[in-house]
Amino acid sequence: MSDLLTSEPEAAPPSPAIRRAKRRLPLLGRVGAVIVAFWLLMAVFGQAVAPYEVGKVVDMDVFTPITAAFPLGTDYLGRDMLSRILVGTRYTVGVALLATLLASGGGLLLGTCAAVWGGWIDAVISRLLDTLVSIPSKMFALVIVAAFGSAVPVLVAMAAFIYLPGAYRIARVLAVDLNAMDFVLVARARGEKTRYIVREELLPNMTGPVLADFGLRFVFIVLLLSGLSFLGFGIQPPQADWGSLVRENIGGLPEGAPAVLMPALAIATLTIGVNLLIDNLGGLRRRTGRTE
Amino acid sequence: MARLISARLAFALVSLLLISAVVFGVTALLPGDAAQELLGQAATPEAVKSLRASLGLDQPGWLRYLHWLGGLLSGDPGRSLANNVPVASLIGSRLPNSLLLAAVTAGVSVPIALTIGITAAMWRGSVYDRLVSLLTLSLVSVPEFLVATAAVLVFAVHLHWLSALSYVNTIDGIGQFLRVFAMPVLTLCCVIVAQMVRMTRAAVIDQLRAPYIEIAVLKGASAIRVVWSHALPNAIGPIANAVALSLSYLLGGVIIVETIFNYPGVAKLMIDGVAGRDMPVVQACAMMFCAGYLLLVLVADLLAIVSNPRLRHR
Repeated sequence: MSDLLTSEPEAAPPSPAIRRAKRRLPLLGRVGAVIVAFWLLMAVFGQAVAPYEVGKVVDMDVFTPITAAFPLGTDYLGRDMLSRILVGTRYTVGVALLATLLASGGGLLLGTCAAVWGGWIDAVISRLLDTLVSIPSKMFALVIVAAFGSAVPVLVAMAAFIYLPGAYRIARVLAVDLNAMDFVLVARARGEKTRYIVREELLPNMTGPVLADFGLRFVFIVLLLSGLSFLGFGIQPPQADWGSLVRENIGGLPEGAPAVLMPALAIATLTIGVNLLIDNLGGLRRRTGRTE
Repeated sequence: MARLISARLAFALVSLLLISAVVFGVTALLPGDAAQELLGQAATPEAVKSLRASLGLDQPGWLRYLHWLGGLLSGDPGRSLANNVPVASLIGSRLPNSLLLAAVTAGVSVPIALTIGITAAMWRGSVYDRLVSLLTLSLVSVPEFLVATAAVLVFAVHLHWLSALSYVNTIDGIGQFLRVFAMPVLTLCCVIVAQMVRMTRAAVIDQLRAPYIEIAVLKGASAIRVVWSHALPNAIGPIANAVALSLSYLLGGVIIVETIFNYPGVAKLMIDGVAGRDMPVVQACAMMFCAGYLLLVLVADLLAIVSNPRLRHR
């Protein structure tokens, strides 16, 4: 069964339609794309670009305001905030991206299986995941952290687990609709195998909505994980994602130090950027869908 | 309709039961030994064994689950591991604070959100509408603690209007009340209002696209009349649904807000429980939040059923 979905839409090269769509992205969508691309690059090269060594105390003062030497000020120990945020990108973006891949990939796999096989398999998976949805995400995360601690693998698995049901619902509805379409019936009548139908008929037609859902799910996971970090239950020191950076510098709030606000603003730019990108892809997808 | 409602009620109860199994299973069965953890590494095996027996940890898991569930239903979810106080009295002393916070927030945010949502739908496509959409999208997609820190920066640090911390022990007079509640309520409202405006706007716009609205416009009814007497009565169901669903976001927001403002509510209790791995407290708080969440979703469902004549008269 593992080779059923050999080509996952996330990994597949963009189809010509999507590439055309990207070129005609509206202004806000382009702004979103630039922001997302910037943070993705920083997740990889953040350490190399950072002006100071990340754990090094470089300023005698703590909570310095914005200066030429420290563009985002310094933190509660006098470390450079810009460097800490750039290095923190890999945790915020990387961990969330991994969890989103697992959630969306798992949801896609289960959803397609449920749609293609139907019957009791579909019923069992759907009921089970429906129960998971009725636990508020932050509550579930807190229960998991209380029980298993907050190592990075636990955080990834937890976030993936919490957001898998939503991805499953979307994938299942899409696949069930497509499965009833004439061209799939024709393929079945032709005697094609299930594997072929999933790979050639279902998945390519699900790419757009599944990608949009992937982006939304990424935003949710970033917010959940940084919320957890802010409470002190996320990424643990000495590593720090953006949520932990806000937490450890909260003492600078009465002084109005940039160290508190900047990491929170970094999260805001990332999530708003992804939202802008998805929102503006939506209209284009519909337009290109109609012409095909 | 009675059958539909009882089906929803039964579904909610079954969900709650399954959730209790999940919460108990995750916190009590899978991980290591609470007795060992309480006594630390240096404890003698005999001491651990006797504590295990007194905590009931030597019984099989399903029995412990039933025992715990029975205690939960009869209002006794066990004792806190941290200070051996009954969890019920811990929650009892915090719950009024949290409910008060939620009530004040709901009372402030619902009228504001409905006004903004409906007017944005009335003038959809205008500059005002686009501004509202952009602002609410931004507020929905930023973390709650950004809103909270920004609010503290503006109102407490720069303007000195309010104090950054809140303690509800000393409330005398309306001025005091405002000073204590303003920051947490303001933060929660930002999050809830944004959520509610988006859903209300979508619900009203959905109605405004219907054919009967086109007829009303064609017969010459004014824009205000079209919305007030034609669209709104039909949109009440979806709007009530939206309000109840948005209020369920309170549960997530309140966790961050109670922590950042040091507000002595149930969410703060749970956070402290998680930090101290105080499982009875975590379990009880988690069940309470899940029950509250399910209740709000249930109310949203029921409002949608009751306000829809096609469902009501079935």
